[in-house]
Amino acid sequence: MSRQNTRLDTKKVNSELLTLTYGALVSQMLRDFENVEDVNKQLERIGYNMGMRLIEDFLSRTNSPRCLDMRETADKIQLAFRMYLNVQPTISNWAASGDEFSLIFDSNPLTEFVELPQDYQQLRYSSIICGCIRGALEMVQLEVQCWFTQDQLKGDASTEIRVKFVRRLEDAVPAGED
Amino acid sequence: MAEEAIFEYLHSEIVNYTLTKETNKENDLSALEYIGYSTGYRIIERLTREWPRFKDELDTMKFICTDFWSSIYKKQIDNLRTNHQGVYVLQDNAFRFLTRLSSSSQYLEHAPKFVAFTCGLVRGSLANLGITSTVTAEVQTMPSCKFHIQVNRG
Repeated sequence: MSRQNTRLDTKKVNSELLTLTYGALVSQMLRDFENVEDVNKQLERIGYNMGMRLIEDFLSRTNSPRCLDMRETADKIQLAFRMYLNVQPTISNWAASGDEFSLIFDSNPLTEFVELPQDYQQLRYSSIICGCIRGALEMVQLEVQCWFTQDQLKGDASTEIRVKFVRRLEDAVPAGED
Repeated sequence: MAEEAIFEYLHSEIVNYTLTKETNKENDLSALEYIGYSTGYRIIERLTREWPRFKDELDTMKFICTDFWSSIYKKQIDNLRTNHQGVYVLQDNAFRFLTRLSSSSQYLEHAPKFVAFTCGLVRGSLANLGITSTVTAEVQTMPSCKFHIQVNRG
């Protein structure tokens, strides 16, 4: 932005701010809930809420038309990661049926300063991302399942998110009209 | 920029989360403020890593109003006032978290929710720069907001 003159690297500040704010939220949740599984659920739900709003922003910025198959959807998701988190996941491991794929991340900006303590191995730290994908796709009438199969925080070499197409949501008839 | 949208959505979800959880019956903003505090405490360390030491308290406040504010809130603070006895008032005429909410007094009752995180952020940042303070915010007409910083001495 032209009107701002700061001696700080704004782009870096932005991504660190996001990382640290998210970290503060997760640790607050770990204090709020006794059960790590509940934290996972809450994070997923927060992601879902964000995804529902994010899709509008995405569509207005990219002018994307409706996707006709999962391959197009995967490309769009990849583009969204580049736009919003500045990372480029690789798309791979397509199921033979073409309705299931993996997003593979070399690095995950959300976990940049993070280490999982031994007793939180059940925590799915970045489940917000799964929620986000699910929420966003639901708004374009795609029901998907989304989960982590590998996580660098748990010692894996890369982070892998699996996305599976469940069904196409039909246009609902408005209440009172048959 | 697209990345900034993410932070805004995350912020509003944090507000949503801290205020709707079952344990929070009387709209207690302290958890929200604390999330801001821990973020501020950590980020300031990253931001000022290669920075010369601040001369004094006022110099630190000027940093908060200019570089800090413009990298996080995309604009500088519009007005800084102080009584030179540890009270500082930072006025932002178009505060980022309020600009999309309203430009009048509509929804004014919801304004405190959207400034609490920032109060914590400022308090945490100052704390890690060696200044213990109390930060409160005052919103009269959105999207303008005044942050009052009271430095605790002694």
